[in-house]
Amino acid sequence: MTEPERLAASLLTDMQAAGAVPVAADILQPAETLLDLYGEDIRARAFVTHDPALGEMMLRPDFTVPVVQAHMTGGAEPARYCYAGPVFRKQTGARAGMRAREYLQVGYELFARDDPAQADAEVFALFSRLLKGYELRPVTGDIGILKAAVAGLQTSPERKAALLRHIWRPRRFRALLERMGGHGPLAEARAELVATLRRAPAARLMQEAGQMVGLRSEAEIAARVVRLLADAETPPIPRAQVASLEALLALAAPASEALARMRAEKWPALGPALDRLDARLRALAKAGIDPQTLPFEASFGRTTMEYYDGFVFGFVSLREDLPPVATGGRYDALTAVLGQGRAIPAVGGVIRPEILAKLGAKI
Amino acid sequence: MSIKLGVPSKGRLMEKTFDWFSERGISLKRTGEAREYAGAVEGVDGVELVLLSAAEIPRELAAGRIHLGVTGSDLVREELGDWETQVAELALMGFGQADLIVAVPKAWVDVETLDDLDAAAAAFRAQHGFRLRIATKYHRLVRDYLRAHGVADYQLVDSQGATEGTVKNLTAEAIADITSTGETLRANHLKILRDAPVLCSQATLFAARGAEWAGLEHAARELGARLSVDMQAIWA
Repeated sequence: MTEPERLAASLLTDMQAAGAVPVAADILQPAETLLDLYGEDIRARAFVTHDPALGEMMLRPDFTVPVVQAHMTGGAEPARYCYAGPVFRKQTGARAGMRAREYLQVGYELFARDDPAQADAEVFALFSRLLKGYELRPVTGDIGILKAAVAGLQTSPERKAALLRHIWRPRRFRALLERMGGHGPLAEARAELVATLRRAPAARLMQEAGQMVGLRSEAEIAARVVRLLADAETPPIPRAQVASLEALLALAAPASEALARMRAEKWPALGPALDRLDARLRALAKAGIDPQTLPFEASFGRTTMEYYDGFVFGFVSLREDLPPVATGGRYDALTAVLGQGRAIPAVGGVIRPEILAKLGAKI
Repeated sequence: MSIKLGVPSKGRLMEKTFDWFSERGISLKRTGEAREYAGAVEGVDGVELVLLSAAEIPRELAAGRIHLGVTGSDLVREELGDWETQVAELALMGFGQADLIVAVPKAWVDVETLDDLDAAAAAFRAQHGFRLRIATKYHRLVRDYLRAHGVADYQLVDSQGATEGTVKNLTAEAIADITSTGETLRANHLKILRDAPVLCSQATLFAARGAEWAGLEHAARELGARLSVDMQAIWA
């Protein structure tokens, strides 16, 4: 047994002792589900292969999706699952040659309807205990607060929906926010387009433009023209609000202080999300995690795969050349998508034993 | 041992490559019968001509089976991950220019930029229940480009030829393809998005970093001097 395998087995035993049921998942997963969830980007990260009968398959890029699916088709509630095994990721870009394509993940997932704060704290405290003795920096965040902040902007529901859709793509999010504030290159391009669209009714513009080809219909085009013209009448998002949102995105402080600072902004839309953070911090304190020192970064978790929608956390090595040792978070919306209407609040995370092994023996 | 130079085996790309070398005092020739892929080099010592399909040249360079190769920069960037670690770009040759672009139907009067395409894709997925399809053979380049620009709710569908026709045939809503004049696009009722192209490609002389250069450095420097190309870039 290699050192990472030994660590994985030991972590799995500890997770079982914490009440989790071990589960297995196929290495070959149907590509369609993963593509629908993550979009085309997953192809750049997962190995795709083809089966003559089943079509496109992927070597599992993580366990979350199969574990959620297994739970949705017949798990009792509340449920705690654990698993260990290899996942497969393509590596591109800088340092690609040095990064692992195949590595172990040991994970813990908790499905529970009552008391999400308690569930968040349980998972984080467990990971914190399992990783004790390693030189790691914990970090937490909350995608729910970002979503609440967007929902609280003074602007149209369409603009809020557009921003929410891109919370996990920080560059695009920033560009959209800039356009909606009436600035930047996108705002200019949009103004030109709107000027053209105001010249004549959409039907005539389409006729002038040339033959209609493709599946996207005249009605769909006309509907977006209506939305574009309505959006052009929507006032820009006030500068002060954009500045507040940007300040929120940049917030990094110990969790208690971060909560106090966000409260001090007196942003009514954040109220319920901050209450949830407050409840989580109390639950964490009871579980022995000190919110006075626990790092909180508002933007943490925005560049991972887009399914975390509440509490997010990570344990990162102080060595910058190593990827995070552990990551996790809450993914309530994912269970709704995979459950086809049925949903259950869920929170979980994974540990990478190979990275632990590189950090050296536990103190 | 000699330096193996891979050159496209037919068509305009081959002729233009021969012209480019001949302007620099090196004559490349096809020898033997018209259908035989054999060649000869005159005017410089220690260089051997290998005639290959332009599409195979990136792979041959990456494997180190040829030392130098002429092909489009689009093919190298598409075929080779982390291409800069595998090949060195020695000279842009000034022909074979083509842009890899994203195009949509002209009738989409509401779409001029990637910002619009992204919004249209979201609405399309909600309406049709599947992600907006973009036909291309440049999967890696187009995916990286769209990801960098934060476009979501699209899918790439493979098209190895006649890509401009896929929209009319209802197998894609938009395309990403190489174009030089844009005529084929116009004929198929498509327009190019206004953003910067995915890539501006042209015929390029590449060197394989991983090829066996031992004992060939002298010949390489000779050749470099004739071509006014800095061969040190290969080992940098």
